[in-house]
Amino acid sequence: MVTNVIERIKKRMHSVMDPELPFLTVMELGMIRGISMEENTAVIELTPTYTGCPATDAITEDIQNAAEEIHADVSVRLVMSPAWTTDWINEETRSKMAEHGVAPPEGKSADKAFLLGDERIVPCPRCKTKRTKLVSPFGSTACKAHFTCLECLEPFDHFKCI
Amino acid sequence: MANENASLLLWLADDALILGQRLSEWCGHAAVLEEDIALSNVALDLIGQARALLSLAGAEENAGRDEDQLAYFRSDREYHNLLLVELPNGDFGDTIARQFLFDQFSMLRYEALASQTENKEIAAIALKAIKEVRYHAAHSAKWIIRLGDGTDESKFRIQRSIDKMWEYTGEFFMDYGVAQAWADQGVLPPLQSFEQPWLESVSAILKEATLDIPEKQWMQKGGRTGHHTEHLSYMLAEMQVLPRTYPDAKW
Repeated sequence: MVTNVIERIKKRMHSVMDPELPFLTVMELGMIRGISMEENTAVIELTPTYTGCPATDAITEDIQNAAEEIHADVSVRLVMSPAWTTDWINEETRSKMAEHGVAPPEGKSADKAFLLGDERIVPCPRCKTKRTKLVSPFGSTACKAHFTCLECLEPFDHFKCI
Repeated sequence: MANENASLLLWLADDALILGQRLSEWCGHAAVLEEDIALSNVALDLIGQARALLSLAGAEENAGRDEDQLAYFRSDREYHNLLLVELPNGDFGDTIARQFLFDQFSMLRYEALASQTENKEIAAIALKAIKEVRYHAAHSAKWIIRLGDGTDESKFRIQRSIDKMWEYTGEFFMDYGVAQAWADQGVLPPLQSFEQPWLESVSAILKEATLDIPEKQWMQKGGRTGHHTEHLSYMLAEMQVLPRTYPDAKW
């Protein structure tokens, strides 16, 4: 019974979309860190991508509402540790990002190249060329940087590697 | 012991909140769109850090105050932020100079907090924040180099901003009684110990930017003990007016 509720909530989480990347689910982004039962309360652990991400409140609410369709007593808990990292986004999700015009995080976390002052090579999600240019390390949301393609001239977002 | 943790959290939270609030004033006003977005993003990260820190401070002091009560219902004398972060934005050079000097310090402080094991909750917030602050620090350092090693005008102005802000950096490293308690508990080393590494990284970047490192001088202080510049009061008035007028207002 208990596992059943947990499994059903987990399944439901696979259709809760991120409001800023509406083609990706909160599961695909690795934001759900755990689902468990404490007494009769279903506890969902959520890790924010950035501490100041304004979407966190909306995501918390969406998760709460979705889980309440399955179980009446739900508590969404924010967990800070371990800190969220783009390493939790798998290859399949990364390809999905590229299909939707957002260049996925490249390789492993800790954007060392940027921190050391080197420009990262981020291929254009449309024409795949590596001739792209960083316009601004800060993009439309906290998790993205702004690039432009030097071949097809399209501007695009790059999901920062953290 | 709990109260010493609460006061450390308030120092950290107030630095982040006040600088975040200041930077948010650039939203819609920066010279180029990319920088407008960048400064707003940095502001957002800082306010996010402040929220997490204030919530934990409220829990540690155990007096029933949550993040909103701590942010909106404390007066200037109850704020413990550095004087540097409450200074007006000035021109873009002033904003970048302030950001650069603070980021370099904040990075060292969060690294120390992230690596200690005495207080796991503080470490968890620091581990999260450090990723964001490293990104801010890379950005502000790039601007220092770009402006310093740029045109005669940009070099003159960024040097003027660095010189102007310098007297507020001494406060980073001033240890008050309570800081000794953090050191004794192994949560945060004496603040004085951050001065040398900070000076080294700041000097290296200023050198690359072909800028002069200001001479050793008299330093301002007061923020940590609640003695602020008048700028903080005006800022708090704007930040707090709504919740103070309608205390239980819901969005």
